[in-house]
This record gives sequence, C-alpha cells and structure tokens, in this order.
Amino acid sequence: MVQPLDRLRETPSQTAGPYVHIGLTPNLCGIAGVYPRDLGASLVNEDTRGARIAIAGRVLDGTGTPLKDALLELWQADANGLYPAPGEPRGRADPHFAGWGRAAVDAQSGEYRFETIKPGRVPFPDGRPMAPHVTVWIVARGINLGLSTRMYFADEEAANAEDPVLARIEHRHRVATLIAPRDGDTYRFDIHLQGERETVFFDI
Amino acid sequence: MSDDSGRRRPQGGFYPRDLTWHPPAFTPGYKTSVLRAPQKALVALDSTLSETTGPAFGHDALGPLDDDLVHNFARSGESAIGERIVVHGRLVDENGRGVAGALIEVWQANAGGRYRHRKDGYLAPLDGNFGGCGRTITGPDGRYAFRTIRPGPYPWPNGPNDWRPSHIHFSVFGDGFAQRLITQMYFEGDPLIPRCPIVRTIADPAAVAQLVAALDMAETLPMDALAYKFDIVLRGRRSTPFENRREGN
Ligand SMILES: [Fe+3]
Repeated sequence: MVQPLDRLRETPSQTAGPYVHIGLTPNLCGIAGVYPRDLGASLVNEDTRGARIAIAGRVLDGTGTPLKDALLELWQADANGLYPAPGEPRGRADPHFAGWGRAAVDAQSGEYRFETIKPGRVPFPDGRPMAPHVTVWIVARGINLGLSTRMYFADEEAANAEDPVLARIEHRHRVATLIAPRDGDTYRFDIHLQGERETVFFDI
Repeated sequence: MSDDSGRRRPQGGFYPRDLTWHPPAFTPGYKTSVLRAPQKALVALDSTLSETTGPAFGHDALGPLDDDLVHNFARSGESAIGERIVVHGRLVDENGRGVAGALIEVWQANAGGRYRHRKDGYLAPLDGNFGGCGRTITGPDGRYAFRTIRPGPYPWPNGPNDWRPSHIHFSVFGDGFAQRLITQMYFEGDPLIPRCPIVRTIADPAAVAQLVAALDMAETLPMDALAYKFDIVLRGRRSTPFENRREGN
C-alpha cells in the first residue's frame, strides 16, 4: 500500500449553450437593469498607454459558416508586457488597462470586435521573450470545452520567428492560422473550428 | 504571498488537464458539436504568465441583488415564480484549497423551462419577474451562495424528443486564465439527467456525478427555500516552482 494522493478532479466542462448571453452579456441580449453594464465590454479608457488597435474577426464552422452565437474572451498584457493581475510578479501594470475583454459575435454578421492596445512582450518561463500575443478563449453551443488559442501580430515577423510557443507547433504551415494580418489599425483574426485552415488550439 | 485584494499570489504552473474527464470535442449524440469540433490534436503548452495570470474582479463590481435571481429582475415587492432554492458550495482547486475572490456567473431558464432570450421559442411563458442571470464572488475560503428558483426542464431540437434536465449554467474564473471553465449544474434525483445528450458527452459516470448538486436539508431556509450544495473544482497548481524560486518565497 502507498499513501493516497488526495487530489480532487477538476469539475468537467459542459457547453455554454445557445443562451450564454443571458449570463455573460445580459445587457446586450435585452436583459436590462440587472447589471449596470456587461463585464468586459471595454478594455481601455482614454488614459490607457499604448498603441490603439482593434482585433476583429469571425468564428467559422466546418462548412465555413460563421457562428452567430459564439462568445469570446481575450486576455493580454499591457503595452509594457505586464499583466493587470494579482499574479503578475514583475510589477504593476497600467491601471487604466483591464487586460481582459469579453465579446459576443454579432447575431447577424457573426463578427466580433475588441478595441484594445498592442501588448508588449512577456517572458517565457525560461526568460526568452515571447512575441506580442493575446490569449483568446472561445465558447459556444456545440463546443463542449472552451477552446484556447493565441493571436499573434503579422507585423512582428522577427519576434514571431523566435517565439517559443509558435516553435512548438510541429506542422509549420499551421503557424499561419495564429497570425493576424493588419489592415490599418485593425488586426483580423478569423477562427476556423475545422477544415483545411483549422486554427491551432492549445491544451494550456 | 497575497496582494491587497487578499488573493493568493499564483505559484507554479497548472496540473495538466485530464481531457478524458471532460467531454471530447466531437460528440455526434450532441449534433451541434459535429461541425464545431476541432479535428486536429490540441497543441500542448506549458503554463506561461499568459496562462497563470488572469483577471481579478472586486466585490465592489457587484450590486446587492446580483446573487438573488428571485428578486434581481422582479418588480419591487414581487418575486419570480417557482420553487425557491439556495445554491451554495465551495470553489476549490484540485489540491482542495479554497479559491477566494473568484467570479461565478450563472444563467438559467425560468420555472417553466423558458429562457429570456430571442432565440428561445419554447411555448412555456416568460415570467415577467425573472431575468435569469446572477453572479457572486467567492469568499476567503472559496464559499459562494446564490438564491434562485429551480429551473424547469425544456425540450430542444437535437434528436426527435430530447429534453434538458433542470440545470443552471455556471461560468467560473480562477486566478489563472487557464482555469477558465463553463459547466452546468444538475439536480439530485432528476430522471432526465442520464437521458440528456449533453450530459452524455461526458464518458465517465463519476464525472457526471460531479455535476449533480445534492439536496442539502441542513442549509434550507425554513419556510422559504430548499438548498442544494454544488462544489466546483478548478485546476490545481504545482506548489514547487523551482525554476523561479526566490529568497523568502
Ligand atoms: Fe440551458
């Protein structure tokens, strides 16, 4: 006999379902007066430091049809690469930057959009700098466990080339699924759930 | 190792997720998953700061009725229709440590099984006093509670005659973004649980049991509300982050 490890099991996931908006963006879906505003509706205010950008795109199913009921959350560092989080050990992030945002895709077009700032570089555990990136988490009806991915910036070619996470992707042609092209101040990040261009999702 | 909000500073990386305990992405019994399931393997990634940190939500972000779905959408002096219940429990990690200061958001159908959502066309009526959303922040030991009504079961277009058991949707934050979890709570004794194609996306009956809240007579509010206990477990962290150990840690 040996000692038991006494470890609990993580609560299993269940789909967010079609009515996730009631819980996470109630004002957006017409349930007014319960919360003053939806959490995560804005990441920045007028005092936030850094280059203003937008991140926009769609979530597409295996037929290429955009989902109309998906919800995304974004988590990113501030312009200096610091996370506005209690667990950030390296210093205090910009107090005018939330770092976290939440957006439902538009019920007609399937488009999502985040107004944010370009993040700085964050170190990998071994100290090497990762390329600027945002963490994206996707839930929807039909998605049994929230999907985690990262968006990188197309105009950071040199940093992307030395990024230790992108380097982990064995099938090199798939790296392109994580790199958002720039159009003015907007980076376009379409997320493909299946097919030729299936986005790389991470087990984080 | 705590900051001014009283939360523990995260330590090591997360234990790997046991993906066999969760539902797989492709579950043809739940038809919507078929075209929305990634078909390639997930790429494993060690926790970096992007995963071990996460947003914090202060208690000041919440209103006084946010954890009371019986009243938070009701006209003054009125309340939602249905079996009045209290749902309570502890948010802990895999090491059994309470997760303090974490945001829990819930949503659900009304007592007739109808959601306040433009996409829900079920013929059961809306309740003018029930919105269906609530939220709370866990206390120092990870405890949480909210008041609501027991949601009704409802039919949904999947197979020819599929019904959802009574359930409450939960969205949970830990203190690292990699702990982010959405799940559903079911009610002890509901005969629809084992018949539900969404429940059945989970392979292991022991994992399903972890989603079934127990009737908790000890915590009932006499002459007011029954109670159900629902503990939630988030991923645990390694306690020995040797790679970045510093003096005083
Ligand atoms: Fe539901």
